[in-house]
Amino acid sequence: MPATSDAPLVHAVNVTKSFHGNEVLKGIDLDVRTGEVVVLLGPSGSGKTTFLRCINQLETIDGGRIWVDGDLMGYDDRGGTLHRLTDKRIAAQRRDIGMCFQRFNLFPHKTVLENVVEAPVQVKGVDRRTAEARAHELLEQVGLQDKPAAYPSQLSGGQQQRVAIARALAMEPKLMLFDEPTSALDPELVGEVLKVMRDLAQKGMTMIVVTHEMGFAREVADRVVFMDGGVVVEEGPPGQVIGNPQHGRTRAFLSRMRQEEQAHAQAVTEAVSAGVAALDDAPKEP
Amino acid sequence: MTDTTADRPGAIDARPVRHPGRWVAVAVIGVLVAMLVNSFVTNERWDWAYTFQIMQQKSVINGLWMGTILGTVIAMAIGVVLGVVLAIMRMSENPVLRGVSFVYTWFFRAIPRYVLLSLFAVGFGYLYLNKFDVGIPFSSIHFATIDYSAWSSTVLIGGIALGLSEAAYMAEIARAGILSVDRGQAEAAQALGMAPGKTMRRIVLPQAMRVIVPPTGNETIAMVKDTSLFIAANITIELYYQATFFGSRAFKIMPGLMAATLWYLIVCTILMLGQSWLERYFGRGYGPTPKATKQKLTEIGADH
Ligand SMILES: Nc1ncnc2c1ncn2[C@@H]1O[C@H](COP(=O)(O)OP(=O)(O)OP(=O)(O)O)[C@@H](O)[C@H]1O
Ligand SMILES: [Mg+2]
Repeated sequence: MPATSDAPLVHAVNVTKSFHGNEVLKGIDLDVRTGEVVVLLGPSGSGKTTFLRCINQLETIDGGRIWVDGDLMGYDDRGGTLHRLTDKRIAAQRRDIGMCFQRFNLFPHKTVLENVVEAPVQVKGVDRRTAEARAHELLEQVGLQDKPAAYPSQLSGGQQQRVAIARALAMEPKLMLFDEPTSALDPELVGEVLKVMRDLAQKGMTMIVVTHEMGFAREVADRVVFMDGGVVVEEGPPGQVIGNPQHGRTRAFLSRMRQEEQAHAQAVTEAVSAGVAALDDAPKEP
Repeated sequence: MTDTTADRPGAIDARPVRHPGRWVAVAVIGVLVAMLVNSFVTNERWDWAYTFQIMQQKSVINGLWMGTILGTVIAMAIGVVLGVVLAIMRMSENPVLRGVSFVYTWFFRAIPRYVLLSLFAVGFGYLYLNKFDVGIPFSSIHFATIDYSAWSSTVLIGGIALGLSEAAYMAEIARAGILSVDRGQAEAAQALGMAPGKTMRRIVLPQAMRVIVPPTGNETIAMVKDTSLFIAANITIELYYQATFFGSRAFKIMPGLMAATLWYLIVCTILMLGQSWLERYFGRGYGPTPKATKQKLTEIGADH
């Protein structure tokens, strides 16, 4: 594909992927323009994680093609014949793509600063001092300027995920992939991570985000893509897909999400009032 | 509070559970210790003074450093490095590497170390008495000739033989360590653009160390003891041989053996302390903060 100025940053065509004969992706098409924020929605098992992992080659695809910034991912196209790239060259292709995982996956044997500095120094060959200066800036950007010497185990989940974002940003990626970055967090920690992601979107970062946070999708996404059963069922601006879904499957999913959100909100309210009541009942110190 | 103390239970004053077994054990141990002390005092053949003298002999100290300790260092260095390589080969996608690793481990686990040592020194010496040609097999291309007889009974050869054997065991330990690291760690490194080799060296192996270090410490301690097999390769620069040789020359058999025993106790105690330090070093970033850990350790130390 010729890399023209109006070409999409991510261009995925007819992507298929099976695990042991179980077809998980059944021909996904997706274009993401530079600066766009795309939220991927879909029920559990619909292939969202798998698709994100295919984009940066953590999974190899069985069919279709994925281009990122004009590069065909994983293969060298020599006159119509595909040649698998070596592990080294695949690693090089991943440098421009940042990824945040549901379970953070920070390096537990390294401090926060070392986590952020690791890839620029070891992969890009940036000198350590420059990398550290940049790391401090990034930690400030995610609100953790006072934690460079902490180990991941000493941080809350929300703090760990923000370090993971800073770690990915340290490679100056063109594209950021987020796989349910807040779903392993306690409810009160979700907001701080979403805020960092919102700031990042405002700065013009191109992002593909798998999330169940409807508020984030409505406010931040330029486009919402609804996947189910390994295909894209419906896509469009959030107001359209979330506000006025055209497909039955989308409607069913969204109403289930709303019920869960309400049940969750109610559970929180009940827990809080139960806690308050317990405090009221507790014997007072004389 | 208006309650009277009469109708509210007060301090507990109960009979403790009796432990008659403990007293029996104390009595038995007491008798055994008394027998040992009695032997020390009444049998002058123990000759502790001569034992300490043997321990300080130049030949014994030299055997300790240049044989037992150097041999252990060589063997463990080869064992750890080769073991990690074998473990990575074993988990590789390349079937040839997997096969080589499997056959290697199978072979060296089957051969007793005593046999391996004689095979290396005596056996190879028999085959290549004083010329070992290095070149391309079945061709006239030839790089060098090694005088094997000059090497066959050195600590280097002994260390190599034990190290090759050790690698077979270290491979299993390293494999368990590598498998203990969450897959997400390698994936996070790969997602940052790190190539597989670097991912292994910088991210996976340092974390695998937490699992690898404790059994490696045990292997090292076992290796110190296995250097006493060096005599199978006619290697005499070694603690056990030197101490017993010195003792038997003066017909002081037990003092010679005790000199070696005490040195082994000292060396292994130091290694055990070193191991606990290493475990703490590679455990950093897990569980309690290093400071809290240190405090806890001093507390435990103060208890004893
Ligand atoms: N490594 C794997 N081996 C075998 N099956 C897999 C593998 N990874 C994913 N799958 C299967 O592929 C399907 C899609 O999984 P995927 O994780 O992409 O779904 P998802 O949309 O991210 O779901 P969730 O919302 O639960 O995270 C599931 O049925 C899953 O069991
Ligand atoms: Mg998923």
